[in-house]
Amino acid sequence: MSGALLDVRGLRTVFHFLEGAYPAVDGISFTMRSGEVLGLVGESGSGKSVAGLSLIGLIDPPGEVVEGEVLFKGRNLRTIGESALRQVRGKEIAMIFQDSLAALNPVLTVSEQMVEAIREHADVPLPAARERVIAALRQVGISSPETRIDQYPHEFSGGMRQRVAIATALLNKPDLIIADEPTTALDVTIQGQILAEMQTLARETGTALIWITHDLGVVSELADRVAVMYAGRIVEIGGIDDVLDRPCHPYTQGLLDSIPAENAPGSRLRQIDGTAPSLAARPVGCAFRLRCQRAGPLCAEREPDVTEGPSGQSWRCHHPIPQGDRP
Amino acid sequence: MTTTPAQTTPIIGLEGLSRDFQRPPVLAERLLALLGRKALPPVLRAVTDVDLAVRRGEVLGLVGESGCGKSTLGRMVSGILPPTQGRVTFDGQAVPTLTGRDKLGYVLGVQMIFQDPYASLNPRQKVGDIIAEPLRVHGMATSRREVIERVDTALAEVGLDPSYKERYPHQFSGGQRQRIGIARAFIVNPRFLVCDEPIAALDVSIQAQVINLFMDLRDKYELTYLFISHDLSVVRHIADRVAIMYLGRLVEIAPAADLFAQPAHPYTRALLAEIPSVKRRRRKFQPVRGELPSPLNPPPGCTFHPRCPFAIARCREERPVLRDIAPRRQSACHLSDQI
Repeated sequence: MSGALLDVRGLRTVFHFLEGAYPAVDGISFTMRSGEVLGLVGESGSGKSVAGLSLIGLIDPPGEVVEGEVLFKGRNLRTIGESALRQVRGKEIAMIFQDSLAALNPVLTVSEQMVEAIREHADVPLPAARERVIAALRQVGISSPETRIDQYPHEFSGGMRQRVAIATALLNKPDLIIADEPTTALDVTIQGQILAEMQTLARETGTALIWITHDLGVVSELADRVAVMYAGRIVEIGGIDDVLDRPCHPYTQGLLDSIPAENAPGSRLRQIDGTAPSLAARPVGCAFRLRCQRAGPLCAEREPDVTEGPSGQSWRCHHPIPQGDRP
Repeated sequence: MTTTPAQTTPIIGLEGLSRDFQRPPVLAERLLALLGRKALPPVLRAVTDVDLAVRRGEVLGLVGESGCGKSTLGRMVSGILPPTQGRVTFDGQAVPTLTGRDKLGYVLGVQMIFQDPYASLNPRQKVGDIIAEPLRVHGMATSRREVIERVDTALAEVGLDPSYKERYPHQFSGGQRQRIGIARAFIVNPRFLVCDEPIAALDVSIQAQVINLFMDLRDKYELTYLFISHDLSVVRHIADRVAIMYLGRLVEIAPAADLFAQPAHPYTRALLAEIPSVKRRRRKFQPVRGELPSPLNPPPGCTFHPRCPFAIARCREERPVLRDIAPRRQSACHLSDQI
């Protein structure tokens, strides 16, 4: 895939504990084109956040990226070295975190930290950098940015802080933004505002977006493609319409089934029984088999490989949901 | 079917219920007060003049965004927080006037489930002791043996193995902890549960399990719920009636099916439009603008008017009252007849 903006191959991140190394991200592979929005969906502990951090080398001990390649515009980010990676981070690839209060420096004004983000990567005079910051804040819907720029993060509401984080990510016109649950802590009306702005910005600037979330509804409305993670692996990936309308993996189907709006009001929800296995206690074979209604003897013996369908949708399952069975 | 007065009396009634909060004065304010200058800290009205009746056996969903006062309302219903004005009634009797057996009936009959399953369980107590504590406090078991039996039953009821009672809360996942919280509320045989965002902290697949548990328990024990949530899709699933709250006031009350089919208040419409759905793809988002105003300084007139796409001059001056707009439906909007 030469036209890919991002080509991730067999990325594996482990966490070292006294008892051994446990894989939080267990060999994930995917590609992204410029301007594409990829939803990365999973429950807590599925490895989706670790996957996002692993892409740009932000894993701290006891975590370690041990295998795989992250080819970004043809360069392998895993081997270019820390100083080159620093130039990529915040310039070509930006990240937005769930907790904007923790992501912003509380003792610096918004202006100070955003100007730093510009001048770290380019020799821009201070007044010009300030102008760019004001323009970026206005772009994400912050009113009277000329005065708000000199305020501290605690003077902003949660929604406004997340806008500041987004504006910071956009400052250097990155090719890729990795957003980790950026709207999870926000109210639905504020989430709607942020999604609207992200969508417009991605379209206008051609920025590709990895949107990490547990909310399939948000992904459905925002993404072009979706990857579903379970126990450190991408168990299904494909175009948004393929995966959400014709899921092949039983876990994807289970997630869709447990959404209240997909069940008649007052009826019993079709739940997935059990809980996701912890990092240290993943079962042999398919990690989902203990919660899966389609599991057979083969699932306990060996882990399923990736199968790819005609439309580019692929899944890891020995007993995928047959597409002929659908109404 | 004929109804007796006992059946029509709401199990919980709220009459003109308000709650203010005021921080303690800081030193400067105390000094100014000593000098005879009026410098009291501002009063925050979290809940304003709420009238609401919860009928026996119904699930009433209470929906609003963070800071709208829904948790404060829930805490007043369960008696954790006294109201500043107005009163809560239980089986038609005002709660402050209850004594003796009636008071115990309210204290035990109305239980609360909290949002954060990590903060609401004592980390140093064994699960069995956490669940048994209400029994001990109220002297509801005659022997140690009975305590153990009832804890085992409560654990089994919420889908946990009775052997778990020897473990500590940190040994459980979020969903399991929420089940422990439900078992603790359940052991005193309540009739009314205030559920304050009980599934907001849980994963999608675990949310479905806990919603199913709530519905099973309701069917089995004919419980009544006040189900507080910011998540309209969950409320749509579980609630019979829905009350929408904005900046401390109720702005719409309607049977769930009607509310979702035809929302009356512009705020309800905005909320409904923003529920992310797996049925919609590549949506062009057109969200309601602005944010929840500060309850310290609420806008005049209708508190929603700065964000409302339909606002007219009257909305800026006169506050709309909650009034009947159809059978069993109420809305607080000047434009209820027009839009």
